[in-house]
Amino acid sequence: MKTFVLAAAIAGLAMPAVAQDFDAQLKARQGQFRILAINLGILGDMAKGEVDYSAEAAQDAADSIQAISMVNQPPLWPEGSGADSRDGTRAKAEIWGDFDDFTSKWAALGEQATALQASAGDGREAVGAGLRELGGACKACHDSYRASPN
Amino acid sequence: MLRKALAAGATLIVLAGVGLWVTQPRAVEPARYADLTPDATAGEAVFTAAGCASCHHAPKAEGADKLVLAGGQSFETEFGTFRAPNISPHPEAGIGAWTLEDFAGAVTRGTTPGGSHYYPAFPYAAYARMAPQDVADLWAYMQELPESAETSAPHDLGFPFSIRASLGGWKMLYLSDDWVVTDLAEGAETRGRYLVEALAHCGECHTPRNALGGLDLSAWLTGAPNPSGEGRIPGITPGTLDWSATDIAYYLETGFTPDYDSAGGHMVAVIENFAKLPASDREAVAAYLKALPDGS
Ligand code: HEC
Ligand code: HEC
Ligand code: HEC
Repeated sequence: MKTFVLAAAIAGLAMPAVAQDFDAQLKARQGQFRILAINLGILGDMAKGEVDYSAEAAQDAADSIQAISMVNQPPLWPEGSGADSRDGTRAKAEIWGDFDDFTSKWAALGEQATALQASAGDGREAVGAGLRELGGACKACHDSYRASPN
Repeated sequence: MLRKALAAGATLIVLAGVGLWVTQPRAVEPARYADLTPDATAGEAVFTAAGCASCHHAPKAEGADKLVLAGGQSFETEFGTFRAPNISPHPEAGIGAWTLEDFAGAVTRGTTPGGSHYYPAFPYAAYARMAPQDVADLWAYMQELPESAETSAPHDLGFPFSIRASLGGWKMLYLSDDWVVTDLAEGAETRGRYLVEALAHCGECHTPRNALGGLDLSAWLTGAPNPSGEGRIPGITPGTLDWSATDIAYYLETGFTPDYDSAGGHMVAVIENFAKLPASDREAVAAYLKALPDGS
């Protein structure tokens, strides 16, 4: 196998990954973002005034967001699982060009999630402000590391 | 036969002459800018909505450094790579020695102080619709920003795009200060139009282009290929975007879509800017988008 990889490298052949590679990692990482989004929806609808504020529901949602932000990321982002190697993902190759920066952006999300967890019980205004900050952490990562939809 | 050919040749020569004359760079009429009292505070909102810093801050600048307009960011297009110049108030490296008329000519006509053409990668085709008072306020505000001595980097363009005179024809076809959308209700919808069509140049990304790089106005805001090559820039007319006005305004404030996904790519800078504007401006953009024809 090693010799084969070497031979391929010498021949200058790009080896496209098989489409099915890393299906589990893709499901896991995309699923964690869905959990974030669903809980953000509970808080956002309160912030927009579309749903009455409930301290208890807000706290549950903020706790879940904070818990997801604790998930260790590197196992979910193996090299070769980006949009340049396979379908079904919008992860940009740049992630693996500066993986430390990518994980530091996840850490920044963690800080905002912890702040939101502390203020979620303080009323609608506080939730709105916390969401704006948290949203900044989402955008900062998507700005650099997530491709536009097709 | 020969006479016909001669006649055709003569016509061509005349047309070429007319072409060069018609396509000469135009300066602004000084009278439009003569009696204005510039207000730097008001200029900050114009600057934010127009996104000048998004293109002109140094690559990778964060926080307050985004107000240092040193230039240096690259923009890949099919015509080559453009590099944003230094537009800080530095008198040599930047534009500190310019007059208001020089500035207005650059921003609203794409004309350099020396009388040549700018490339439309600088979105003056949108800024052409800017109100003279806003241009004067913007100029006053930008002169208060920090100076940078960074030298502007050259563009990297193929022939014939490397010849600035070739832009005369482009401008004749695509530079206009007419509104794209007419028949709007006076108020939020027309304020929204000013923000979308003049300042925030949403059409530069969300409208497809033809082979000459001009916006296809018949497909206004219906979505376009991403110039960076990855993915598509989504359409934002009611035919493709079924969000409520509240959802659109909230997206421009936080980046959250109605299903709480979060924006990415070049839209992030736009949202960063719009989050700083008054809520009424975000609502105005939403009102304008909702008033557009379906366009899908
Ligand atoms: C550290 C970087 C990073 C942070 C922080 C981040 N995201 Fe993402 N997000 C990504 C990447 C990369 C993808 C693309 C994943 C893929 O397609 O494999 C993505 C995808 C998504 C998706 C689509 C999931 C799917 O079903 O395909 C949603 C929704 C999402 N993010 C929401 C959020 C929200 C909301 C936040 C903030 C609370 C956030 N993200 C923070 C990097 C990040
Ligand atoms: C989409 C990116 C983009 C945005 C937004 C943008 N510019 Fe530029 N700008 C450029 C590029 C690229 C050039 C170089 C054009 C050329 O060389 O023909 C340029 C050139 C200029 C110049 C000429 C500088 C010189 O030395 O000749 C001025 C002045 C300027 N921009 C001001 C502004 C102002 C003011 C705004 C906001 C109202 C703005 N720009 C917004 C990309 C941008
Ligand atoms: C510099 C390019 C650029 C400019 C200028 C721009 N956009 Fe966008 N816009 C994008 C990109 C890229 C996306 C896709 C974002 C993503 O990947 O999440 C987008 C997404 C959107 C969306 C979400 C659509 C969806 O279906 O998710 C809306 C709404 C939107 N833009 C409105 C605007 C408005 C209004 C303006 C002007 C005020 C504007 N945009 C200016 C590039 C731009």
